[in-house]
Amino acid sequence: MRRFAFVIAALAAVTVAGCSSGGSSPSSSSSSGSSSSTGAITVFAAASLTGSFTQLGKQFEAAHKGDTVKFSFGPSSGLATEITSGAPADVFASAAPANMQQVVSAGDASNPQNFAKNIMEVAAPPNNPGKVKSVNDLAKKSVKVALCQPQVPCGVVASEIFKNVGIKVKPVTLQPDVKSVLTQVETGNVDAGMVYVTDVMAAGSKVKGITIPASDNASTLYPIATINSSKHKSIAQAFVSYVLSPTGQQVLASAGFEKP
Amino acid sequence: MTLPAPSRLTARERARRAARGGASRSVPAPLLVPALIAVAFLVLPLVGLIIRAPWGHIGAALSGSDATQALILSLWTASLTTAISLVIGVPLAWVLARTRFPGQRLLRALVTLPLVLPPVVGGVALLLAFGRTGFIGRYLDSWFGITIPFTPIAVVMAETFVAMPFLIITVEGALRSADQGFEEAAATLGAKRMTVFLRVTMPMIAPSLGAGAVLCWARALGEFGATITFAGSFPGQTETMPIAVYYALENDPNAAIALSLVLLVVSVVVLVSLRDHWLRGGSVT
Repeated sequence: MRRFAFVIAALAAVTVAGCSSGGSSPSSSSSSGSSSSTGAITVFAAASLTGSFTQLGKQFEAAHKGDTVKFSFGPSSGLATEITSGAPADVFASAAPANMQQVVSAGDASNPQNFAKNIMEVAAPPNNPGKVKSVNDLAKKSVKVALCQPQVPCGVVASEIFKNVGIKVKPVTLQPDVKSVLTQVETGNVDAGMVYVTDVMAAGSKVKGITIPASDNASTLYPIATINSSKHKSIAQAFVSYVLSPTGQQVLASAGFEKP
Repeated sequence: MTLPAPSRLTARERARRAARGGASRSVPAPLLVPALIAVAFLVLPLVGLIIRAPWGHIGAALSGSDATQALILSLWTASLTTAISLVIGVPLAWVLARTRFPGQRLLRALVTLPLVLPPVVGGVALLLAFGRTGFIGRYLDSWFGITIPFTPIAVVMAETFVAMPFLIITVEGALRSADQGFEEAAATLGAKRMTVFLRVTMPMIAPSLGAGAVLCWARALGEFGATITFAGSFPGQTETMPIAVYYALENDPNAAIALSLVLLVVSVVVLVSLRDHWLRGGSVT
């Protein structure tokens, strides 16, 4: 009997531990039914927007008393799959038009608008153990490179850049999103990673950025749209307009994004 | 003083019940309803997997190069993990079961910690110890030029970290409940300690050893959090089946479902092969 109780307790502990390692859950609407003037929205945004959108969220909440904005940051490809599978998002901001198109084709969003553009940069640990001087060095066998998975926007743009430069790069790992590539570089586990210029800026002194010449670099456009099934259409639309407004564009520009 | 009323069961009914192992036939409703809910909760997702499977194109879905590479990698890393766990885990189980020393309970708790630790935490811990800037990894890198992360070795290490405790626990339990009389008899007949261990103890706990090894193998096969954190993911090198399923969901859902079915079949085979062990509560022989 005691052993049985112990097993149950152990199972309960394991379940709790397992559940607590899950990802962030979307916000629940706090108001009732009909379109309300205040409420909470959930924004699914590309990982590269983590810093700037968190800032925009705070400013939006300050300007719209009573509204809250919650974020779910991740790879645009993964977020698009979640939305088309029914995840309760109100706004989707993607790091590439292709992932937005996936959501639009599924009928979950309409009228995407481009709000930013991003180009890539090579990130290396501050002490540069791989002695990386340019993007060409990433083809060297001695340099350990981290890239994004090929279906994620940062992976797509990276392979465009490699094609422009004319090199073949064999990474040691394909990470789920650009922020985890950055983490691999920051922790010194790899010699270099392909990230966006905004990520290098956000990391500050934790990484060393190596610029890619404009002739070789490739860019990606960021579209944003409200989700059709959103229960807070007006707030969602207000957030989208805020991102596209001069204030929003200012925040994005200071984070290193370019105009779309 | 009155005698207790005689049993209302006939001799036949008593014999039938004994043959069933004392089980009753009818389930009281307060237990039946929650039990049915539990069954539905556990079975419906598996049914969903089987219904939604692309049965017509399973072969095509699986033959994508990522799937085969992931399957081969998963199979050999899980097998190597089990081999390593047997070589170093069984001696540890013996030490825990047959010896007594101060701090033994703490050691046992530490050894079984990976059983309850979230796997991704295990991956982070492995990274902090053996990563290129880890407290051991940095010496491996600067003295020998060896970096462990992002290699198949890292996959094996991550899997061993999470799966070996299963083997240790199973074997320790078996050793504790084994009849030491045979070992003592062998010793009095002049057998050396290693001989006793290899020729008497091991054969005696062989069923539990087998069950523990299968559990270890299955756990290693399904490991995701620790491997993706410590070993990263690259097709053919470190992308195991569970990781391939995770990424296939974004790329090619049919391949994800097909891979999931393969893992489901493997799991069912494991369960069937272990059914005697579960039902008898992990007893020895």
